[in-house]
Amino acid sequence: MKAQHEQRRKERLDRGIKVRSDGIYALMSWRELCYLVLPRLVLIVGILMLPLLMPTMYWQRVISIVCIYALLTLSFDFLAHFVGLVSLGGAFFIGTGGYLAAILNQSLGLPPLLSIPLATVIGAIICTLFLLPCLPLRGVYFAIVTLMYPLLLMRVIEALNILGGTDGIVGIGSFANRWVEQYFIIIMVLLFLFGVRRLVNQDLGLVFRAVKDNDQAVRASGMSITYYKTIAVFIASAMGCLGGAYLVHIYMWAGLSTFALDFSILPIAATVIGGAGTLVGPVLGAFILVPISELLRAFGTLRIVFYALILLAFIVFRSEGIMVYSQRKYHQFEKWVRV
Amino acid sequence: MTFSSERGLGRSQYLTMDILIEILIYGSVHSITLALMALGFALVYGTCRVPNFAHGALYIINGFIVWSFLRAWGLNYFLSIVFAIIVIGVMGALIYQFILIRVRGMAISEIIASYAIGLAILEGLRWGGFKGMTYTLPTFIQGSIFIAGVPVDLHRIVVLICGAALVGFLWFFTHYTRIGLALRGMAQDERAALMLGIDSDRMAVVAMVFGSMLAGIAAALLLPLGNIVVETGYNVLILAIAVCIVGGLGSWMGAVLAALLIGFAQILTEVYLGTHFKMVVALLAIIITLILRPSGLFGRQKELEERV
Repeated sequence: MKAQHEQRRKERLDRGIKVRSDGIYALMSWRELCYLVLPRLVLIVGILMLPLLMPTMYWQRVISIVCIYALLTLSFDFLAHFVGLVSLGGAFFIGTGGYLAAILNQSLGLPPLLSIPLATVIGAIICTLFLLPCLPLRGVYFAIVTLMYPLLLMRVIEALNILGGTDGIVGIGSFANRWVEQYFIIIMVLLFLFGVRRLVNQDLGLVFRAVKDNDQAVRASGMSITYYKTIAVFIASAMGCLGGAYLVHIYMWAGLSTFALDFSILPIAATVIGGAGTLVGPVLGAFILVPISELLRAFGTLRIVFYALILLAFIVFRSEGIMVYSQRKYHQFEKWVRV
Repeated sequence: MTFSSERGLGRSQYLTMDILIEILIYGSVHSITLALMALGFALVYGTCRVPNFAHGALYIINGFIVWSFLRAWGLNYFLSIVFAIIVIGVMGALIYQFILIRVRGMAISEIIASYAIGLAILEGLRWGGFKGMTYTLPTFIQGSIFIAGVPVDLHRIVVLICGAALVGFLWFFTHYTRIGLALRGMAQDERAALMLGIDSDRMAVVAMVFGSMLAGIAAALLLPLGNIVVETGYNVLILAIAVCIVGGLGSWMGAVLAALLIGFAQILTEVYLGTHFKMVVALLAIIITLILRPSGLFGRQKELEERV
């Protein structure tokens, strides 16, 4: 009863190391170095170890799918929280990259390790060109356009019966062996993750954030908003197209399901769960959410209900996310003080 | 030889005339269909600025509710429709009161939350076994009549009349009743409306109830024309969005005119290009409108809020 009457609040204090390493690095001991390196090392080693820990071929395949979603999630988080473009076009990127890789592999006979990078670059250019006229749009409007593109392309392919129509393109070359297959995408995820983290703190990243916060100010500084948005969309769609091209090569099949809405919805769910705007959080979100949805596969479409409900719960009640929460726990002392 | 060619010519002329009338009749029926699908979405977005992406799900679930009342409980057809529409209205109110109200004003969260609700409802229905061709509702009136030599079944005529009546009623409702005027006031300027004593949250609940009931009415009218399948829910959502965006989000007149525009465009493409292109038209309409004129054909221009 007593506890109910006295008023308490949680006091938070930043650890000294957080302050010293926030903007400029002034490390004082090995201990502090470890403190900084540990989370990153755990993440890198953990992800690299994953394929070795997986018991069956099936779960190794799941890890590949997780990595594709991780790339998409990264691209969503980058566009939404660092450039201010909310893109629901994950399926658009995956589909474009996938079909391009399939065409390159089928008609030119390129091996996966050549067709994937090519499809990534060409696909990113195509996606950027498609999205170029929508770049001035804000908020909801951009989101709706990007949501509609994959649906449109799906119906066009179906209606014109091009690119294999509803059957898709079959017989696409696969990787040399499963270790190459696994580690290729894992290394790509890590590269892009740390690359984008680096990028958003460069000058370019600062301009991106300025575009998000106040585009009129950026324009007043004599910089072209469209130019910067184009670069950002190119980077984001390259990540998506890479995932798509890789997906097509592991399934050895490119079909209409590469435009499935899952690729647009799951990244949002993962971002919301992982912590918006942290880049690492969304990737972790993908690593949590996709295996769960895979475990629920036995329940059929119930798994979609399940992740729709998770998404709903997180967005309505806890919009902070896992990563923001754990960062706070790691970087700050917390204690209850009596008011 | 000459005789037959003359006859051929005559027939082809007759045929083009025939097709023209067919396009005219089915185009108007289809336009009213689209308007019916979009009215609920337009009402909710137009008044409380919540893009209700669960609209398609509400539409489909109403079909299943009517079906259960009718087939499983053996209620009267008319009664089961009325009850189903009441149920769907309550459902809309609950969705707003418990979920959407918490993300109100955050545009993207609103979309994601309402889409998640829709997804959960639709996939839940699919999981619950509501799929396949077994779920149908009877038409209101059996039989068909010939209009200028084109067979039209009576149910479509009913849809046409009910749809037109509903649009007229809504116009009357929003212009001459207290609640309707309050809704319009909120749509125009929420703060001013608040100052005049209009409770915006209560009005949003009212709008959501009306929007859901409109989805329900649309479902009750349109679903007897085909099977009740879950996929329709997604298509209804896309069509509703298409109509609202082309017409201008929040504009009544615009929504009705856009329904006519898209309706006739879809029927024309269906006749001349094939059924597959029907949805392509709607999707293209959304994308092109958003790129060229995000506020739609008849929406109020808010240049700086929409594009840079």
